[in-house]
Amino acid sequence: MPSDTLEAVSEIRELSYAEAVREALAQAMEADERVFLFGEDVGVYGGAFGVSGDLVHRFGKERVIDTPISELGIAGAAVGAAITGMRPVLEIQFSDFVTLAMEQLVNQAAKIRFMFGGKASVPMVVRLPGGSGTGAAAQHSQSLEAWFAHVPGLKVLQPSTPHDAKGMLLAAIDDPNPVLIFEHKLLYKTKGHVPAEAYRVPIGKAAIRREGTDLTIVGSSIMALKAEAAAERLASEGISAEVIDLRSIRPIDFTTIAESVRKTHRLLVVYEGVKTMGIGAEISAMIAESEVFDFLDAPIIRLGGADAPIPYNPVLEKAAVPQEDDIVTAATNLVRRGEA
Amino acid sequence: MSADQKPNQRPELAALDDATVAQALTRMHLIRKFEEAAEASYMRGLIHGTMHLSIGQEASAVGTTLPLEAHDYILSTHRGHGHCIARGAEPRLMFAEFFGKETGYCKGRGGSMHIADVEGGNLGANGIVGGGLPIAVGVGMSIKAQKNGRVCMVFFGDGASNEGAFHEALNMASIWKLPVVFVCENNKYGMSMDIGRAMAVPNVADRASAYGMPGHCLDGNDLAGVAAVAKVAIARARSGEGPSLIECKTYRWRGHSKSDRNLYRSKEEIEEWRNQDPIRRLEDELKAHDRFDAAALMKLEEDAQRDIDAAVEFARACPDPDPKDLTRDVYAL
Repeated sequence: MPSDTLEAVSEIRELSYAEAVREALAQAMEADERVFLFGEDVGVYGGAFGVSGDLVHRFGKERVIDTPISELGIAGAAVGAAITGMRPVLEIQFSDFVTLAMEQLVNQAAKIRFMFGGKASVPMVVRLPGGSGTGAAAQHSQSLEAWFAHVPGLKVLQPSTPHDAKGMLLAAIDDPNPVLIFEHKLLYKTKGHVPAEAYRVPIGKAAIRREGTDLTIVGSSIMALKAEAAAERLASEGISAEVIDLRSIRPIDFTTIAESVRKTHRLLVVYEGVKTMGIGAEISAMIAESEVFDFLDAPIIRLGGADAPIPYNPVLEKAAVPQEDDIVTAATNLVRRGEA
Repeated sequence: MSADQKPNQRPELAALDDATVAQALTRMHLIRKFEEAAEASYMRGLIHGTMHLSIGQEASAVGTTLPLEAHDYILSTHRGHGHCIARGAEPRLMFAEFFGKETGYCKGRGGSMHIADVEGGNLGANGIVGGGLPIAVGVGMSIKAQKNGRVCMVFFGDGASNEGAFHEALNMASIWKLPVVFVCENNKYGMSMDIGRAMAVPNVADRASAYGMPGHCLDGNDLAGVAAVAKVAIARARSGEGPSLIECKTYRWRGHSKSDRNLYRSKEEIEEWRNQDPIRRLEDELKAHDRFDAAALMKLEEDAQRDIDAAVEFARACPDPDPKDLTRDVYAL
């Protein structure tokens, strides 16, 4: 193999999503001794999804701490460490288990700065593997990001690529607020370009993954990837879709969405969480309340998860959340409706 | 007159010199007067919302915190005025917070249930029963990682010891030998629920054995006795031996909050506990050993009353927050 090819390969170094998260953790711990990682099985086991890997051997068990099965307790411990000068990164093993930690995240982490009149801050990060598609059924497959996006004081991220998984985690660790990062379990093995240096992807800035003119498709996490794939198919049918990857749910980058809708005049919002009272409702309402509403040529379509727990049966599980075909169909209907 | 010349003085009391006792008494008076003034302010319509008074529990707040050093941390509860004052908070800034004023400790955003004095090591009262317990674990982790030799003391009530947070926090603090002192103020009721009906064991301190730490069950109305045990627990925490659980059996003379009609307990029971007033008990003991005369004790109480009266006047005159700053401190920038 000629040497210039080898160089090219190393420049576009590819890592998996899980490796990208691990690299961010390692670089943050190397750069700042206040950063430490803790959670259930993050140490010698290497994380239930293999994210922490060998970090306990590189940084020691004082900084990569295996915890008892005590979600409420460890979420509270993150709060206590954060308000006294540390930078804790907590892993909630499956995002579903965050239900046991709600008190500390919603009543304590989110409110302390406000309740104390700005005299404290809570610089903590919570990583939450979420989403369906693994056959783990209703208590291990939920998409709960909208719950937390409803809480002032929290920030909520959903990186979809290995590049963003690393850059957004590093930005979250720098952030002086409590930040929740929902990592989709099906994405951990996906690969992509990840620069070696410790770069930051700014929180609150959406990415335009594909430019288009006929409609805007907004999604995040795995739904942004499905939207991209759907847009490819739509292009072959003569429909030009613009795809926006939200990346950050709170704060939300409404400017990018609004500018896109101003251009395309149609909006399809795709999200894995339950359709009702979800992210799609919020984005639709933001459009309805803004001057961009006048640019719409058709009603907005929300494509969200079914109003049901995630089922075990694989056929049902697939039917419970939006799939690529559903996005293609919804986008096609939206464009035709506008023309009709 | 030095303390060791007096016959029959308990070692717990003899261990506290006159200056320390005077400071402790002053803080107990300040707590009592603060809460009486808070109650009066409520009656006069000067505040809205509610309040949870700890009148009757002063020896617990002051006794446990007496052996702490200036840089140590505390975490408090919804019944937290006492802990705040015991750690040296300024009553005028507390009253300003209580009245919701911009000059208060939390700029009027927290109120009675969320007073914090972060610079003074008070990491906050808490409106959630048991909410501070897991936070104390993290503070302990932080102290250990930073090797700064501090201790974190966390207060909670008997009701909180039935919350999962209590059990998770004690377990984690113990397995990691964190510098935390858990202080349960057992005032016999979780709102209206008597501990006898809420707990399968007679004492909260009995639960310490499940988490491999010492459990101390104390007369919470005995200032000197509480301080002596707290000193041992604090020293244990600071030396890296791990946490302790202290249970102070005490009583709140008032109801749970302002809406409480006290239907679940008798006048006789309240009267019985009022007869064990921790302030009068300490004063009587000091007089019996000729350590302070009545006039000196009276002066401590009068000075405290004057400070509280001034604090109320200061707070009343302070400005309300400006609504345009409503969302100012939701996020740190």
